[in-house]
Amino acid sequence: MVFNNKLRFSVAVALALTACTGGAAPKSASSDAPGKGKGFDHDPFPSTYHAYPGAPTAIVHATVYDGEGGRIEDGTVLLAGGKVTAVGGPDLAVPAGATVVDGTGKWVTPGVIDVHSHLGDYPSPAVKALSDGNEATAPVTAQVWAEHSVWPQDPGFSRALVNGGVTTLQILPGSANLFGGRSVTLKNVYARTVQGMKFPGAPYGLKMACGENPKRVYGGKNREPSTRMGNVAVDRQTWMKAVEYKRKWDKYEEKGGEAPARDASMDTLMGVLNGEILVHNHCYRADEMAIVLDMAKEFGYKVTAFHHAVEAYKIADLLKATGTCAAVWADWYGFKMESYDGIRENLAILHNAGACVMIHSDDQNGIQRLNQEVAKALAAGRRAGFTISDEQAWTWLAIAPARALGIADRTGSLKPGKMGDVVLWNGNPLSVYTRPEKVWIDGAMLYDANNPKLRPVSDFELGQPGEGDVK
Amino acid sequence: MKRLLLAAAALIAAPLPAETIAITGGTLAIGDGSQPIKGGTVVIANGRVVAAGAGVAVPAGARVVDATGKWVSPGIIAGVSTLGLMEGYGMSETNDLSADKSPFSAALDMSTAINPTGQRIGVERAAGVTRAFVIPAAGNTMFGGQGAVIDLGADMDPVTRPRAFQYVELGEDGMGPAGGSRPAAYALLRVALGAAANPASADFASKDALITRQDAEALAPVVRGTQPLLVHVERAADIRSVLALKKQYPAIRLVLVGATEGWMVAGEIAAAGVPVIAAALLDLPEKFESIAATQSNVGRLAKAGVTVAISNADISEGPYESYLAQYAGNLVALTKIPGAQGLDWGAAFATITSKPAAAIEMDGEIGSLRPGRRADVVVWDGDPLELSSAPTAIFIDGVAQPTTSRQTRLRDRYLDPVEKGLPKAYER
Repeated sequence: MVFNNKLRFSVAVALALTACTGGAAPKSASSDAPGKGKGFDHDPFPSTYHAYPGAPTAIVHATVYDGEGGRIEDGTVLLAGGKVTAVGGPDLAVPAGATVVDGTGKWVTPGVIDVHSHLGDYPSPAVKALSDGNEATAPVTAQVWAEHSVWPQDPGFSRALVNGGVTTLQILPGSANLFGGRSVTLKNVYARTVQGMKFPGAPYGLKMACGENPKRVYGGKNREPSTRMGNVAVDRQTWMKAVEYKRKWDKYEEKGGEAPARDASMDTLMGVLNGEILVHNHCYRADEMAIVLDMAKEFGYKVTAFHHAVEAYKIADLLKATGTCAAVWADWYGFKMESYDGIRENLAILHNAGACVMIHSDDQNGIQRLNQEVAKALAAGRRAGFTISDEQAWTWLAIAPARALGIADRTGSLKPGKMGDVVLWNGNPLSVYTRPEKVWIDGAMLYDANNPKLRPVSDFELGQPGEGDVK
Repeated sequence: MKRLLLAAAALIAAPLPAETIAITGGTLAIGDGSQPIKGGTVVIANGRVVAAGAGVAVPAGARVVDATGKWVSPGIIAGVSTLGLMEGYGMSETNDLSADKSPFSAALDMSTAINPTGQRIGVERAAGVTRAFVIPAAGNTMFGGQGAVIDLGADMDPVTRPRAFQYVELGEDGMGPAGGSRPAAYALLRVALGAAANPASADFASKDALITRQDAEALAPVVRGTQPLLVHVERAADIRSVLALKKQYPAIRLVLVGATEGWMVAGEIAAAGVPVIAAALLDLPEKFESIAATQSNVGRLAKAGVTVAISNADISEGPYESYLAQYAGNLVALTKIPGAQGLDWGAAFATITSKPAAAIEMDGEIGSLRPGRRADVVVWDGDPLELSSAPTAIFIDGVAQPTTSRQTRLRDRYLDPVEKGLPKAYER
């Protein structure tokens, strides 16, 4: 599932070479064949993100949640060269010259990951001129890419960093459309360009939506879909086209001949069918999620995660059986009909059933308190009788979203060799009384509560009332 | 089935409000800004608080509720709420919040619409919320109408005080309904208050009349100062314009709602003696009128001497009343951030109990455990501001309330999601 262009291309080249030297394919056709996945450039807006300089650092005497369910008391976390180099107990040696940060009475965790954000696409200020999150002009807009809307100056990025300890986030297009377009995963580091924030090598996602939003938006325009059955009909019709599109490209890339006509929307869907683009499906109701899972089976794609899966707890067994994740809120309920059955134990029931589950925000305020959302969901689960440790619950905002984003090999936990994405909390991070004290991204300290200079101020806020204030 | 019967019994066989109850042994939060008291006692009788504090004697014959190891506090007051007026935002059929096709605005009376059996009332009650200020939205003008104070009790009589205040939008949210600009809103406001102050001066019969007789009559108590006027504004400059109304109408009882940039003019608000029901934690320049938003707003206002409560005003999605305790806890968290202005625990807890009550001059009636107040009492399994805590007992007007809700019923049905001998629809 990991989208790594260089690796994939080199494999394809190797295969093509084998075919040529083996002489098995007809010479004229094979010489024209670009090779699997090489018919066109899959990464025309490449990441230019780079890590900022960081000092070799040792955080000592802190309680460590490693993000994968592990916990160390009086722990030590070592950072160097932008990476986590070691995690251990008090006996772990601190390298000479390392900056030592005393974590006594504090907690260290991997950086928080939000799998569902619209920062940049629906930035602050929320004026029409900046409202770029929904290309609500047709029910199928798989051709749009969220990164082409992201405003890198959104003040929301800084609040997510300093109050929420968020180091990585996926920006999705909105839910007006059945096929909303491509997502982009960002490092939470301000840059002049969106390419400068792009998480290097992260796979693209495809935002899909079920239920009330698409049928309301297009039903309101008196066009298809205006019902849930219309939603599924347009979905299936579109997948049928995508399967045909992929068949043509597969044939061309393998055998050569005339290249098929490009279709930007179908490019995205073909990426899903090829397993290189991950489906993130906005879907609330249990019955609708089940229908989507059957549809995915019909067309041979995988739903990586249902987002806003308010009723996921009703089908925890089905989600586990299909290996489908649920990204949910702690306790949102009742704000629309399809959220009417929301309960606070959703995360805990799914966790207990062994299903893949994570917290998400979908909100510029909620993203500042995902640790608190996890605490609420955990407390509800314990009151319902489930035994879940604090460190297990921390997976809901660390390794679980990293896996759903296809970046778990690089971030999402405190393991040697992973990116130095780390939060030092000034107390127990599952307490309401706790805030981030320091945040490192790729080993660079990018927030320090004690240093006003390490508090980012976006271009938009510069020279405005409240500039540089503690927000 | 047993659980259902117990829940039903709680509704039917609830103790009479006359019952004398002593809640003993818990950590006691009075809600008046003071710090929690270890091992305090609350005595309630006839639906009111008789006494609360350390060393309070248990009256003979009182039913004793042992709260050892727990916390005891007044119920939470939701300062800006839609409870009882709507089920959810995506369900317009259930929505009594605004009426932009009605000829009336200020005359609209929200107390006539409160539905005490909606899902949200039960869910929020189970989270320790016992009263709410139900606030309309602007409709055909920037006047929303008359809000109500309600209780969240499990009975059919939700209204504590009907027509408790008038509500008006004067910032960006008021521009549209007022005709397109802030000056348009102020012009209409002055015409309306003028007609309310002196009905003889107004020509209600003209087809060009800007306000109906009914709306003007509804605004008369505002001008007389017998009914508070809640004004939603965010921008510091707008706040100053609103405060200036007191020059023309000295009796008017203003309350600012939102006031995200209030900290910039905190001294003026304090000097005017105007309370604020602030957005709790908003720190984003979501609107150009709240560009200076900071989570320190509440702390800075309080430090300047303003009576300040918090609310869900302007929180985007999921504006649940149960979040208020979490937000108050966050105000305490700010005390540990260099450069931020937070509140100590007692002051933070007051922002969701006695301070909202004080903002509309009802703190003699609700919002704290001071003697004589309505006995809205919650027993918690821990610190009420902490994320892990939940109510274990809830009293409203001295009447024990269910701690379950429709959500706990769904939870119990799906603790094990797998269907058994019969479909889930048969499990209850």
